[in-house]
Amino acid sequence: MTSTADSWVLWALLAVPLVGAAVTVALRGNDKTAKLAALAFSVVELVLAGVAWSLYDPAGERLQLGTTLDWIPAFGVHIAWGVDGIALVMIAVIALLVPIVIGAGWADRLPEGRTKGGFFALILLEQALTVGVFAATDVFLFYVLFEIMLIPMYFLIGSYGGANRQYAAVKFFLYSFLGGLIMLASVIAAYSLASDTLGQGTFLWEELVPVVSAAPLTTQIWIFFGFFIAFAVKAPLVPVHTWLPDATAEAPMGVAVLLVGILDKVGTFGFLRFLLPMTPDASKELSWLVLLLAAVGVIYGSLLAAGQSDMKRFVAYVSIAHFGFIALGIFAFSTQSLTGSVTYMVNHSIATGMLILVLGMVIFRGGSARIADYGGMAKLTPVLAGMLLIAGLSSMSLPGTNSFISEFLVLIGSFPNAPVHTIIATVGMVLAALYVLWLYQRIMQGPLRGDAIVGAAGGPGAVVAPEVGARKAIADLSGREKLVLAPLVLLVVALGIFPKPVLDTVEPSVAATMCEAGLVDPVQSDEEQAQC
Amino acid sequence: MLTYLAQEPLPVPETTAIEPPPVGAVWPILIILAAACAGVLVEAFLPKHQRWSTQVVLTLLAIVGAGAALAGYIVDAPEAGELAMYGTLAVDGPALFLWGTLLALSVGAVLLIADRSVEPGGAFVATAAIRPGTVQDRAQVQSTGMQTEVFPLTLFALGGMMIFCAANDLLTMFIALEVLSLPLYLMCGLARRRRLLSQEAAVKYFLLGAFASAFFLYGIALLYGYSGSVRLADIGAAAAGTDRSDTLLFAGLGLLVVGLLFKASVGPFHTWTPDVYQGAPTPVTAFMAACTKVAAFGGILRVLQVAFESTSWEWRGVLWGIAIISMVVGAVLGLTQTDVKRMLAYSSVAHAGFLLIGAIALTEKGLSSTLFYLLTYAFTTLAAFGVVSLVRGPDGEATHLSQWAGLAKRSPLVAGVFTFLLLAMAGVPLTSGFVGKFVVFEAALSDGMAPLVVIALVASAVAAFFYLRVIVLMYFSAPAEDGPTVTVPGAFTTAAITLGVIVTLLLGVAPAFALDWAAGGAFAIR
Repeated sequence: MTSTADSWVLWALLAVPLVGAAVTVALRGNDKTAKLAALAFSVVELVLAGVAWSLYDPAGERLQLGTTLDWIPAFGVHIAWGVDGIALVMIAVIALLVPIVIGAGWADRLPEGRTKGGFFALILLEQALTVGVFAATDVFLFYVLFEIMLIPMYFLIGSYGGANRQYAAVKFFLYSFLGGLIMLASVIAAYSLASDTLGQGTFLWEELVPVVSAAPLTTQIWIFFGFFIAFAVKAPLVPVHTWLPDATAEAPMGVAVLLVGILDKVGTFGFLRFLLPMTPDASKELSWLVLLLAAVGVIYGSLLAAGQSDMKRFVAYVSIAHFGFIALGIFAFSTQSLTGSVTYMVNHSIATGMLILVLGMVIFRGGSARIADYGGMAKLTPVLAGMLLIAGLSSMSLPGTNSFISEFLVLIGSFPNAPVHTIIATVGMVLAALYVLWLYQRIMQGPLRGDAIVGAAGGPGAVVAPEVGARKAIADLSGREKLVLAPLVLLVVALGIFPKPVLDTVEPSVAATMCEAGLVDPVQSDEEQAQC
Repeated sequence: MLTYLAQEPLPVPETTAIEPPPVGAVWPILIILAAACAGVLVEAFLPKHQRWSTQVVLTLLAIVGAGAALAGYIVDAPEAGELAMYGTLAVDGPALFLWGTLLALSVGAVLLIADRSVEPGGAFVATAAIRPGTVQDRAQVQSTGMQTEVFPLTLFALGGMMIFCAANDLLTMFIALEVLSLPLYLMCGLARRRRLLSQEAAVKYFLLGAFASAFFLYGIALLYGYSGSVRLADIGAAAAGTDRSDTLLFAGLGLLVVGLLFKASVGPFHTWTPDVYQGAPTPVTAFMAACTKVAAFGGILRVLQVAFESTSWEWRGVLWGIAIISMVVGAVLGLTQTDVKRMLAYSSVAHAGFLLIGAIALTEKGLSSTLFYLLTYAFTTLAAFGVVSLVRGPDGEATHLSQWAGLAKRSPLVAGVFTFLLLAMAGVPLTSGFVGKFVVFEAALSDGMAPLVVIALVASAVAAFFYLRVIVLMYFSAPAEDGPTVTVPGAFTTAAITLGVIVTLLLGVAPAFALDWAAGGAFAIR
């Protein structure tokens, strides 16, 4: 067993939500105490994430706060934790989003026979597993958690979701499970390579990387595809994205936040942690394919987002477009574009998470997810309208919001290596303005209209005086809802103006990833290159 | 006893003539078979009301005693294995592992068979000889007696299985095959409910099993003609260095393997499996699904590795194809099933395909991974059938899938356990099923069977869908109005299910020790 002095933080980050899940489920008989327990544990987790951030030294070793224990010695399987800057910021995002999601789900109506305790316990369990996925530095352990984390999500969608939840849950599970099994083939192949080369098999990431990256190109390409398909399903990239709109549409709002904000990031995180370092030659050889899928994803996601009539599906397609940007940045192979992609992962979680929550509040009031059922809502709920505008502007990467810097870095960093794809993706920025502002205009502006606002009697498109809406008791944000959204608004603005803390944390890890993958910046000087 | 079969030119192996029979190695088998004979006497001499309790105690004691004898032997067993009973049995690493597995499994199976709390009087009919549908048959529905012959039959079958996976020559293997099969044919026809279905299953199993035995025997004859011996090692030696025509060898191998694959319910020789699994009393199904699979694959491994390793180039392609067929048939037809027991039967066909992949990787890893997979699958399936026996409607077990809708609301624990077992069969990490798949696929990949591994992974994903379907039904569907009730199981069934679940979890989380056992030694080729 090897470990560092600070390794307790990661253990605590894993243990706290697990214990929280157990406590919450034990208290499920009483909704109120269960809710408070879940919230308390998630706040402790957030504090721990802050501690981890402060203990992490960006200029230090590649993987920090680590522990390595033997698990199955016969196969060189370890329980190994450790984080780099990329994993750390993702863990911080998880720790941030979970209390917000719990707060947002405080008053949600659950399907009959389900308790808040069970719901929040599954969310905490999911949190523990996703923290584990980002912290695992043993490929076998990563695979195990990658598959296991599907199960709580499956029950979150299937038990607590909308009308078509069974279909969505099964579709989600099968897509991810199949992707995972294909990855398993690559995991085993990497292990076999290590057995042959080192004389003894191992799954430790640090030991596997030099072995696999030295393999011949054809072998690398096979291994690449195994990992890539799993991560592309997870991310999701077009054309294996079709589970996401269904899952997002059927999941409860808080779960949709976790799904889009955290689970999907495992895919892009996998690109960075596994694909680039382990199969650098194959990644370079096949970057055209990923870039193509990324550019298609940006345009396709944007166009379909504009065409959606359902708010939840709208968010799913917005995310697909954004994941196109992230994949573009990763496979454009420059420090700027990679840094852009990593910060995009963080900012997308914040912006889209907020967008989902705000739309959830709209749906909670109107009782419908159809965009056509709304109109002129800003007159009744001015604060909610403002929140939707902030979330929307952040989603379209307006300068001054958090997403701007990451999208800018992706585009500027990608241009030298992939000019055509970058130009196509830039069109996506314009389309983003279209779909965001159009959504805002349809829901919030104009005269009061739509079934959800004026009631069925008015009929779709009927124009009615404001007091009719007031009679339907559509109120503005409550104190709790404001409290839930406040940290997100704060981050949207703060990271928009001052992104340095995130950039500083991820940049050394990005540089290390570039080195491992043997990538050279198109604009890098010889001197910088020599440092590698 | 088989020396007279050896032709003149081949020297008689020395072990047969000189060594005194080392009995220590075969104590477990002797104990089981002796207890089986004692069980028959119990049936003959004890009054009816004492038989059940006597038989249960006798059977469990026998299995535990055999386990103790096995453990005592393993402590100072020779590393390379030894021959016993004049060279007819090879007691080597794999044989000992399989014996241990079979004994542990049969404890669970006997507990399920002995249970009388789930169904008043047990899952077995009082008098099996009464024709279904007659007046007497309707009269005996009320009785709570049971045909206690099932216990000695179980022990005979178990003894046959143990001999089968240690048999060092083909004739011993054939006799063991019959000793394990005949009791199973009978046991299939003993269901208390749905007598016609049960008897149909017994007849089907018997007729098809007889065909398979005939194939097996004919294969032995051809192989004897080729090599002049029925001893596996001699056949291996003859095949390795000879210019004789290969026709006899491969015709014999083909017929032999058909017989073995039939017992292991590998597609396309699986057609009996769904009907028999469905018709047989569920505890017997559990016993068959777990123990027969272990024994049959033990035999397949031994035959392929000892006798036919040198000719693997010629036959491996065929078994590739069979493994693919088995996985695809199991996974795809499993999707269309509406009956839980039939679904589990097709799942067992798919698993047989995965096992075959490990069996045809003729390496040390291939052997140990297949043995490990057998261990994991058998315990999972045993517990799964145990759970099936708990979900009951007014006329016995509610095996139709639609009756399982909303089970999680009525009985969260049973639904949770079954979900765990299904996830294990699907190969989700942290269950034994995942580790089993992992080691088998790893062995196959390092033996150069990458395409087969990819097909197997896709088949796993397809199969995952039908396991998932049951989970969806149990958790997300509204319960049916007149849905089944979940019987609170008595101590026996609870113990059996708990055993299976614990092993499934333990081998998923900390498989290292069992992997070491499975890698404990190669076949003794003598």
